[in-house]
Amino acid sequence: MLELSLDARRGSFHLQVDCRFASDWTVIFGPSGAGKSTLLRLLAGLDLSAPRRPQHARIALDGRLFTDTSSGLWLKPGHRQTSMVAQQSALFPHLSVAANVAYGLHDLDRSSRNSRVEEMLELVDAASLIDRRPRHLSGGEAQRVALARALAPKPRLLLLDEPLSALDGAASDALLVRLQEWASEHGVQTVLATHDAADALATGAEVALLHEGRLAALGPAAEVLANERSRLIHRLSTNLSS
Amino acid sequence: MDWQALALTLKLATVTTAILLAVSVPLAAVLVLGRSRWLAVVEALAALPLVLPPTVLGFFLLVLLGPRTSFGRGITGLLGHPLAFSFSGLVVGSVIYSLPFAVQPLVAGFASVEPALVDAARLLGASPARLVRSVLVPLARRSLIAAAVLSFLHTMGEFGVVLMLGGDIPGATRTLSIVLYNQVEDFDYAAANRTAVVLLALSAFALAAIYLGGRPRGGSRA
Repeated sequence: MLELSLDARRGSFHLQVDCRFASDWTVIFGPSGAGKSTLLRLLAGLDLSAPRRPQHARIALDGRLFTDTSSGLWLKPGHRQTSMVAQQSALFPHLSVAANVAYGLHDLDRSSRNSRVEEMLELVDAASLIDRRPRHLSGGEAQRVALARALAPKPRLLLLDEPLSALDGAASDALLVRLQEWASEHGVQTVLATHDAADALATGAEVALLHEGRLAALGPAAEVLANERSRLIHRLSTNLSS
Repeated sequence: MDWQALALTLKLATVTTAILLAVSVPLAAVLVLGRSRWLAVVEALAALPLVLPPTVLGFFLLVLLGPRTSFGRGITGLLGHPLAFSFSGLVVGSVIYSLPFAVQPLVAGFASVEPALVDAARLLGASPARLVRSVLVPLARRSLIAAAVLSFLHTMGEFGVVLMLGGDIPGATRTLSIVLYNQVEDFDYAAANRTAVVLLALSAFALAAIYLGGRPRGGSRA
């Protein structure tokens, strides 16, 4: 369970969230500018130093505190067993795909590291890219590799910020399903930020509706996104009948 | 040609460049990645030799490393000889004098690395040292080369600090720029010309190598 209580300002934008994500797979849904990326960065521990430090933050995963402003606890990003994949794949351009995926595996011996790299690349359907350099990858391939790199250390918390935006709908859906199975099998709590209602509905997960930095609703996807669901069905039927 | 002075100059520039790179890479990384306000003061201090007259820096170092201060006496006790008017003293002076020529290109190079890559390395558990070694340095390789070449050349052409701190001791502190000064003072313009051409050729060759290395192959930058 992920518990979070956050109060952070970014210029005129104010993020104020106080909730618990009880499900293993939570989708944060909201329009661009709702605060999804800010929320994920704070969970990852990336914006905890001045001047971006939040006014108040308390983040705990399964009872383990990551951040607690009241006691001055600021766990570093690398000490949270947390991985994050953003829209921008951020692969190290000077390293091969294999070396990118192995970057977070420095504690493993060489053979375990190699087999983990192969396992993760197979999971995301990118095994054939293992020797390539990032500059020779398409946007979708780079996102698959970034995902493999994030999964390789087998984190306890996985943060996904529109991570498959460069993939087409069918490929993205298939990968999401596989990812959901993998996360469930390995006990990885996942938070996926998206502005795409279809993505949020497809996973059938717990959905947190974020609006202008505030949590507007939290619950099962079918309930929280009932309006979005009706809108999508209406659009689909209109397209089919025309 | 004063071959002894040329060899001493090259040795001074090599030792100084090696020390400067060892000091400047972590210093530049702290300046780029750190968040403390005090780092602005550190950055200003590191840039100070750019605007400070070399003779002023040389004079302060001469006093600091000489027998007038407890620091200078301590160093003398430790080494068995004073640092002033010695090759080691020249190295200390050169490192301080050329510090901005190593730090500034590295700061610019490290700052140009995409923040998303730094975030990715941090999230994947990289320690600050690993982040510098495996991400910042490889991605700012050209800045590292520029820092090395500029430090080397700046040390080679150094005059004011060398004269104040090292004097003119053949084989110990007499560098090519001191030789050139002596030759002009003696009205030996032919010898001065040869010395100046050697310094000019070395500088031009090294700078051309940097700029050629920075250009994409077979085309313009556009």
